Amino acid sequence: MRDWIFLLLLPALLWGCGDAWNNPYPQEEANSNTLYTVFEERPKHLDPARSYSSNEVEFTGQIYEPPLQYHFLKRPYTLEPLTATGMPVVRHWDKAGRELPAGTPPEAIARTTYDVSIRPGIRYQPHPAFALLPDGSPRYLGLSAQDFEGIDTLGDFTHTGSRELTAEDYVYEIKRLASPRINSPIFGLMSEYIEGLDALNGELLKASEKLPKDAWFDLRPFDFPGAKLTGKYSFRITLKAHYPQFIYWLAMPFFAPIPWEAERFYAQPGMAERNLNLDWFPVGTGPFMLSENDPNRRMVLSRNPNFHGESYPAEGEAGDAGKGLLADAGKPLPLLERAVYTLEKEEIPQWNKFLQGYYDVSGIGSDNFDQAVQFSPEGEADLTPQMKEKGIRLVTAVATSNRYMGFNMKDPLLGHAAGDAGRKLRQAISIAVDYEEFISIFLNGRGIPAQGPLPPGIFGHHDDFNPVVYSAPGRRRSIGEAKRLLAEAGYPNGRSARTGEPLVLYFDTAATGPEAKSRLDWLVKQFRKLDVQLVIRATDYNRFQDKMLTGNAQIFEWGWNADYPDPENFLFLLYGPNAKAGKNGENAANYSNAEYDRLFAQMKGMANGPERQRVIDRMTAILREDAPWLFGFFPKGFSLQHAWVGNVKPNLMANNTLKYRRIDAGLRALSRAQWNRPVLWPLAVGALALLAMVLPAWRQYRRHEEDRA
Amino acid sequence: MIRYILRRLLYAIPILIGVNIITFLLFFVVNTPDDMARIHLGAKHVTPAAIEQWKAEHGYDKPLFINGGQDGIRAVTDTLFVERSLKLFSFDFGKADDGRDIARDIETRMWPSLAIALPVFIVGLLVNVTAALLLIFYRSTRLEYVGITGLIALMSISSLFYIIAGQYFIAILWKWLPISGYAGGIDAYKFILLPVLVSVAAGLGSGARWYRSIFLEEIGKDYVRTARAKGLSELRVLFSHVLKNGMIPILTGAVVVLPLLFTGSLVTESFFGIPGLGSYTIDAIRAQDFAIVQSMVFLGSALYILGLLLTDLSYTLVDPRVKLT
Repeated sequence: MRDWIFLLLLPALLWGCGDAWNNPYPQEEANSNTLYTVFEERPKHLDPARSYSSNEVEFTGQIYEPPLQYHFLKRPYTLEPLTATGMPVVRHWDKAGRELPAGTPPEAIARTTYDVSIRPGIRYQPHPAFALLPDGSPRYLGLSAQDFEGIDTLGDFTHTGSRELTAEDYVYEIKRLASPRINSPIFGLMSEYIEGLDALNGELLKASEKLPKDAWFDLRPFDFPGAKLTGKYSFRITLKAHYPQFIYWLAMPFFAPIPWEAERFYAQPGMAERNLNLDWFPVGTGPFMLSENDPNRRMVLSRNPNFHGESYPAEGEAGDAGKGLLADAGKPLPLLERAVYTLEKEEIPQWNKFLQGYYDVSGIGSDNFDQAVQFSPEGEADLTPQMKEKGIRLVTAVATSNRYMGFNMKDPLLGHAAGDAGRKLRQAISIAVDYEEFISIFLNGRGIPAQGPLPPGIFGHHDDFNPVVYSAPGRRRSIGEAKRLLAEAGYPNGRSARTGEPLVLYFDTAATGPEAKSRLDWLVKQFRKLDVQLVIRATDYNRFQDKMLTGNAQIFEWGWNADYPDPENFLFLLYGPNAKAGKNGENAANYSNAEYDRLFAQMKGMANGPERQRVIDRMTAILREDAPWLFGFFPKGFSLQHAWVGNVKPNLMANNTLKYRRIDAGLRALSRAQWNRPVLWPLAVGALALLAMVLPAWRQYRRHEEDRA
Repeated sequence: MIRYILRRLLYAIPILIGVNIITFLLFFVVNTPDDMARIHLGAKHVTPAAIEQWKAEHGYDKPLFINGGQDGIRAVTDTLFVERSLKLFSFDFGKADDGRDIARDIETRMWPSLAIALPVFIVGLLVNVTAALLLIFYRSTRLEYVGITGLIALMSISSLFYIIAGQYFIAILWKWLPISGYAGGIDAYKFILLPVLVSVAAGLGSGARWYRSIFLEEIGKDYVRTARAKGLSELRVLFSHVLKNGMIPILTGAVVVLPLLFTGSLVTESFFGIPGLGSYTIDAIRAQDFAIVQSMVFLGSALYILGLLLTDLSYTLVDPRVKLT
């Protein structure tokens, strides 16, 4: 009987202990200086030469340090030295090897050099690859099967070491971009610019074939003109063309240092079988190191004890101080001790754990949008009272990316070959497809209709309107005007003036499923406004890619996320020589316009200023008139932060902002305890319900037994 | 007996080859190695040369079944199919397309799968058998009608509903357990309780009805009448005599699924964030990682064949009249 009483009281006793029953973390972590967040898809690569997706760079950005970084607070986005002593010295040279003065026209520049000097004294995170024996030889080299007993993860190696970062590590990484064993996604692009990178790839390919597949491929003996050491702490990168945007790449993990010892360490037999490699266990100099890596469950970044030290910025843009973003000015970074990333693929658990305080930050899924956000009569987004009550804050930012609908300009009906009629047809469709409505219905207002190819935050963007589609800001031209254009194109009332046949257009998409269906139905309805039939050709992503590569799509949807904050990174999406069909470029519309192409080449080499703005304005005007795209919209990111998370300012270019983040662990522990008190009455109701079921059963049993007796 | 086992194992080889061929055909009808390369290399800046290098690096540069560039037997052996399949028969799964060692991942991820599947199997079996026997006990009473109606209602509901309802009430509304996640060691208990509870509830309707039909067959037999005539209580008759004789189909039905417990549940693991083999397979299909998909299909088939063999063997244990030759 006493046991039963104890069991009944157990929930109450547990409750009394103070630990919430639904707390997914150990109780001892309650007051730790840790950020808890999620990753929705396990990263494929954490090797800086390979990682490119945002879910990978979220980790590599905190671990690896390229020479430059973006200032956390300043806008427009500003590069500043990270491991470099200063900004790279950029010099231009002619074909004869003579240095050219600043302001030389791009066509006269044969080579460009970037001289980078790094700070001495920077050290790598503790890692067994650097562990040494007393005689100075590597401790973990030539490991036998016996040495691997009890080794499952990197933390099982008892000894670690470190060494100083040198310029050779940067040069080594640049060579890795050309390695056939690594398959860097930017090799193709970089080989167009870095001198000798393509030839290095050929050389490495031959050398690699001679080595066993799993053997260490030491890149140090391979010399190439594109990256050369100029000292222990300095190196030079040589470009075979004028590419001013290259400097932005120096702020990406692709150009972060890799110590050759790490590659040698991981190439040993026994490592690959344990998934111990550079792709899963990075070695960097950054503020954090990956102390736990279970990409199937959780990944933990911990403070790097060897971090060289950096201070929280003391200046930002106007208004930052008022928002408390300068309160930590001068404090040593990182402000966090740890960051725990939990794999959370489903939206329901992710959202509810955020509401319970177990995740510190969250996005807003479409299913939860109405629960989190409401719009004022003026159209301003604000949090619902439920969110405000919890102290949650809303952070919004227009992404430096776009979503557009493109016309395949190789198409005989809509493209270049259709001449003026094709242009008018494209313009008519641009007017008819109402992106304001799309944003309102499908994005809960999380986007702004695009008036050109450049999103806000990128130099060249104007807050003006596209006169081809709008008659005034926010006022779309009428369907009547669109129909007039359609008639001028040779399709009065959606029928060919020549044959009388209805105009049928095809939309190629990889979007399938119920959610996509409503969007596609909406799109069909937009075309119907012009009495034009739109046929949806839905297929899987692979087939869609094939169609795009072969130029067989007619109308399609596409998007682009900025690599760096320069208009070139968007305007090149419509540069003729960059066509996707046949040239495998990123110009998915296969658009070509001689004037645009000429202006693009000119704009690319210009510094930001009124002259460049004028060129961009002209390019935008050409695009608006030619309408190879429906400019679509610029997505607006909404994210939620709990009251205990500090120093949050969206920086869409930087990928290393974790070091600035601050957590008030005391407030979090208090809130969690308050929000997660278990509800006990259902236990009592359940017990009563059980009793209600058992009693008649018992009575029936008794009756049954009595009858038998 | 040994000869029988050996014969069954030999039969397994052509079955596994057949499964492998079907996996190959199904996968490569939908995907080409070029598609796989594009998925892995990302959407930006991918050049044809990079795609070729990726394929060469991962062995996808070879023809699928027939290599026209080779003579004799090498025309068949120097192909993707033979290269990928032969190793599987020695359970050498090789590396996933993202470079991870598949055997190591399977070894790591089978434990969380087992941590869910094993309690679900045991508790589910106990609950279903008990419910079925109680229904037999209360047969032809209102309690039986209510019970059967309840079971039909339970089996008519989608398993997804159980998951969502379980998460909503137990984790969100009442805050008794974490809504999802997993931890190693003893801390795993609080993450396992909810998926186990939900899975047992989801399986109760069909499980209990199936066992009830087995016990109904038994209840009319002579030995039951004899037991009652001896004056044994009805509960004793059911839980001792009927259960023992009904164990033959129950046991054989249970043994066949035993090896498959390792491969986990695709849906439950995904929804509860359990890092088991079920979610491993789902992730691989999404990522078009052929090496993992092929390995998991092969492993699942091999385990199923093993389950069938164990079932046959279990007949001989529970029924001495059965002889395997």
